[in-house]
Amino acid sequence: MSPPLPAHPFANDLVQFLGSALLMSAFAMLALRRMTSLVRIFALQGVLLTLSTLAVAILSAETHLLFSAIFTFAFKVVLLPAILFRLLNRLRIQGEVEVLVNVPSTMVLGLAIAVFSFTLAGPISELASTVSKGLIGVGLASLLLSFLMMISRRKALTQVIGFLGMENALFFSAINATYGMPMVVELGVAFDVLVGTFVFGIFFFQIRETFESLDLKHMDTTSME
Amino acid sequence: MILTAIVLCPLLGALVMGIVGHRKGADALNVLFSFLTFGLSLLLAFRVFTDGPVTGGAEQLYSDGFSAIFVVITGGVGATTSLFSLRYMAIEKAHGHLGAERTRLYLALYQIFILAMLAVLVSNNLGILWVSLEGATLATVLLVAWTRKPASVKAAWKYFILCGVGIALALFGTILLYFASEKTLGPGGTALLWTHLNGVKTTLEPTVIGLAFIFFIVGYGTKVGLVPLHNWLPDAHAEGPTPISAVLSGLLLNVALYAILRIKVLADGSLHNHLTSRLLLGFGLVSVLLASLSMWKRQDIKRLFAYSSIEHMGLATFAFGLGGPVGAFAGLLHMTSHSLIKSAIFFVVGHVVQTSGSQKIPEIRNLGERTPALARALTIGGLAITGLPPFAIFASEFLILSTAVSRAPWAIPPLLLALLITFAVLFRRIQEMTSASEAPAFPSSPTPTLTFYPVWIHFGLALVIGLFFPDSLGRLFHTALLSIGLTHGQ
Repeated sequence: MSPPLPAHPFANDLVQFLGSALLMSAFAMLALRRMTSLVRIFALQGVLLTLSTLAVAILSAETHLLFSAIFTFAFKVVLLPAILFRLLNRLRIQGEVEVLVNVPSTMVLGLAIAVFSFTLAGPISELASTVSKGLIGVGLASLLLSFLMMISRRKALTQVIGFLGMENALFFSAINATYGMPMVVELGVAFDVLVGTFVFGIFFFQIRETFESLDLKHMDTTSME
Repeated sequence: MILTAIVLCPLLGALVMGIVGHRKGADALNVLFSFLTFGLSLLLAFRVFTDGPVTGGAEQLYSDGFSAIFVVITGGVGATTSLFSLRYMAIEKAHGHLGAERTRLYLALYQIFILAMLAVLVSNNLGILWVSLEGATLATVLLVAWTRKPASVKAAWKYFILCGVGIALALFGTILLYFASEKTLGPGGTALLWTHLNGVKTTLEPTVIGLAFIFFIVGYGTKVGLVPLHNWLPDAHAEGPTPISAVLSGLLLNVALYAILRIKVLADGSLHNHLTSRLLLGFGLVSVLLASLSMWKRQDIKRLFAYSSIEHMGLATFAFGLGGPVGAFAGLLHMTSHSLIKSAIFFVVGHVVQTSGSQKIPEIRNLGERTPALARALTIGGLAITGLPPFAIFASEFLILSTAVSRAPWAIPPLLLALLITFAVLFRRIQEMTSASEAPAFPSSPTPTLTFYPVWIHFGLALVIGLFFPDSLGRLFHTALLSIGLTHGQ
């Protein structure tokens, strides 16, 4: 498509900035308590992901990344948040997220995870040949932070957003380590995520119907051996 | 051609079931499609073992001896399970447990599940392999929640979240693998194709591959049910409909372990150390031990056998960790015989639960008097699964132990202890259920006609393998292991 643009001195900084913003958003997810703000942060993460993909695409002149950026926008900024907001409305979910571990301790744990991820990703970054290789650590950190969110929250919907956050982090790592996976794989992954979101949706109604609440603590009292 | 056909057949089946699944006779159609898939899988295996590996679909599909064996197992157990579920569902319907819409959902998802597993097995692209394995999870999640009882919805949610997390970690592993391979293979389509990767495996960057393998074994290991990532497995097996427990246990766990083994071959080529084998040994041994100890207090018959599945997958993992020609051979034999025997046991257990009206062991009594055929089948299943001669699991466990004597002698005492505990617990429980007891007899409902063909087919095959061990089968296994390169271990 377009020839590589002459590298602007700020271009690299922009990529780094978007990466750190993504890491911030992963931390924000850990700290936020309101359900609607969580979905908004998820949409924001989608925007950051799109911009960062776009920036890397222009910097590296990899045209297929432009398609990934458009696709990410349609999928993660428009479609998925729309589905999630619709679910929030239809299930009339409001109010606060109940947490298993209190927020300050989760944040401290999150910091430790971030440090660990950067240490782990350091040697790998040196092997990478992409323009944004320093950001592999950000990808790994966001992955583990979303994982932390999944295990430290109780509500079904929060766990789903954690799951989608993990997928965002994986996509981000793929972009920064290798300019994205082969197209067929990326499409397949997106298809799985979409089907997964629908299955989650079906589940919400089943859980609500069976337990009359979306709080998983009601599920915990269901006796199983 | 044959590779495309083997994926298209269950896909077509799923579409047909989605359209006419609620009509009368749809379940018979389900059996037809399953047997058609089985026929195709036999055809594929014949091609592979006479002419060598087959590639198709612009290199995206590939099957060598190793995957062909699993394709045949998946096709075969998928077919007999559809036969069993015909009867099982008829009885459930007679009890008024399900409507036409539920049947349609069940049948369509069953075909999609088989499709996803076959896609894992014949996919050459490790990215598509990931996508298919995730697809298999998505299909079975709704099947586990199928009865809509609180316990089953809870079990399905747990399954979904845990396997979702696991599979996400495996995707990170896939990204790392792609990262390492695009340096030599160049970016684009070929860098995730197993056939190409296998050619350049010695040049892949070891630090990246080592890390990738850890992500893979944790990710796919969650699906194999390796301890400590096994938490979802007993719940999902116990709360789903029994035909699904049979295919989860007999097929899905195998397919996930198959994925790990594919990656292990690549990682071994790059690493030149014992990392992969040691990880498999460790995870395997811990699984065997913890599963056998967990069986001690189980009061739920399906949960009891679910823990036994964890134990056997642990044993197979351990065997591949031992490596070498004999270790790998024992692992493959163990996976095959476990598939046959465990799915047959779940068929029996399904009928036991249906005729007793409960899956709690203390409430299942007097089986020998009420349904002698079921009691016989359950006892034989117990003999076969605990590894008594002359069944096939005896042969594989014997091989595993005798390899361990020379390669990992420290593992012998815990292994023997675990096997002994399993044996004692299972027999005690089976004996409690079958023998006559003073406990008040349950109002025995008129026994519906049960189906035993699939059960005896499976036990019969396991017996033939254990007793005679046909030479031709041994040669097939050997070719299979050679074709993937699992025979030269450390």
